[in-house]
Amino acid sequence: MTDTVREDELHAYVDGALSDARRLEIEAWLAAHPADAARVQAWASQNQSLHAAFDAVLNEPLPIGLVRSARRQPVRMPFFRAVAATLALVASGLVGYGVGQVEQQPTAAPLHFARDAAIAHVVFSPEVRHPVEVDAAHADHLVSWLSKRVGTQLEAPDFSALGFELLGGRLLSGESGPVAQFMYQDAIERRVTLYVRRAAAGNRETAFHHVTENGVDVFYWIDRDFGYALSGEIAHRDMQKLADAAYAQMVAPAGATRSPRR
Amino acid sequence: MRARPDLIEHLPRLRRYARALTGDVTRADDLVQDTLERALAKLDLWQPGSNLRAWLFTLMHNIFVNQLRANRPQETALDEALEIPVSGGQMEALTARDMHTALARLPEEQREVILLVGLEQFGYAEAAEVLGVPVGTVMSRLSRARERMRHLLAGEPAVLLKVVK
Repeated sequence: MTDTVREDELHAYVDGALSDARRLEIEAWLAAHPADAARVQAWASQNQSLHAAFDAVLNEPLPIGLVRSARRQPVRMPFFRAVAATLALVASGLVGYGVGQVEQQPTAAPLHFARDAAIAHVVFSPEVRHPVEVDAAHADHLVSWLSKRVGTQLEAPDFSALGFELLGGRLLSGESGPVAQFMYQDAIERRVTLYVRRAAAGNRETAFHHVTENGVDVFYWIDRDFGYALSGEIAHRDMQKLADAAYAQMVAPAGATRSPRR
Repeated sequence: MRARPDLIEHLPRLRRYARALTGDVTRADDLVQDTLERALAKLDLWQPGSNLRAWLFTLMHNIFVNQLRANRPQETALDEALEIPVSGGQMEALTARDMHTALARLPEEQREVILLVGLEQFGYAEAAEVLGVPVGTVMSRLSRARERMRHLLAGEPAVLLKVVK
């Protein structure tokens, strides 16, 4: 047993900053010195209380303004590269697509949308403890809750045929209002997210687009008043299948009178 | 152009720290916003391979301290020490609200240390780097912060608190 213990070492004990050998000595000291043990206990409990009080912030939706600031490019180059990429990678044959049409589009807004979706994917899909706010066990509640907040009747597409199950969803705060994010996971825990928000007024219908944002594949389309973006970092071929399924399920029924292939 | 570090992954923790530091959602996010802007302006000064998280917290600390100087010349410690301590008593029953209240009653320099170490889990040397003070100063502030917090949370008479500082 040790003769003296410095105050610093009691703190280091609480903060897990001691060597194993010294930690054992301090434990022996504390067993014999109840006043110190009480202080150490109180300090450790403070650490726990701090986490209990503030860890929830970690799982709050990130304000999109902050996310955008964090992603702001000091050099504008990558933005133009992304525009070029969009023009070049317009979904190959999945949906009939007129290039002439895209040139008339305000390209920046959909790209912002795709980028926000990619960011939201990157931010939330690695979450282990709270990847979603509402889990899929409460799928009905989830869908009606998100529908209410986003302002339209949403449907979470069914990807089970492709091996992806709905994990749940969360509500994010976008610049133009609430955004719903549905998250799916397959048997080997790969995750994809579907991001849905009300599109900015004046957006014309756009067909299927694809862009890669920092390694995240994003397939996005705007259907009437809503924008959808499916993001993932899985094999491109698998992403395409999922995107195709989502598009077919979410757009085709509603747009039966208006085939996307025209 | 050299590879640009991703600041996004640091946002949740910067927000958590700012929230605990300021006790206010809007002020906290404004502080994070200012930190991001400064980080982007000074990104060339950041050494690739060094601890980006510590660097961001350092920027946030500097902004926070400058804002305090600008907005609030001299009050804090003594006045706060005279306030009525948090009610209650049992450590087990601590609520988030008690923590908010107790934190608000710590002088800023102690609040920063107890949060960097206890919540953000920076090592003592890292916390010293973030705050720009020697490790010994971190330890003495940590000690005072934890003892003061202990008294606040135990609801002991405020008079005792004046011993600090």
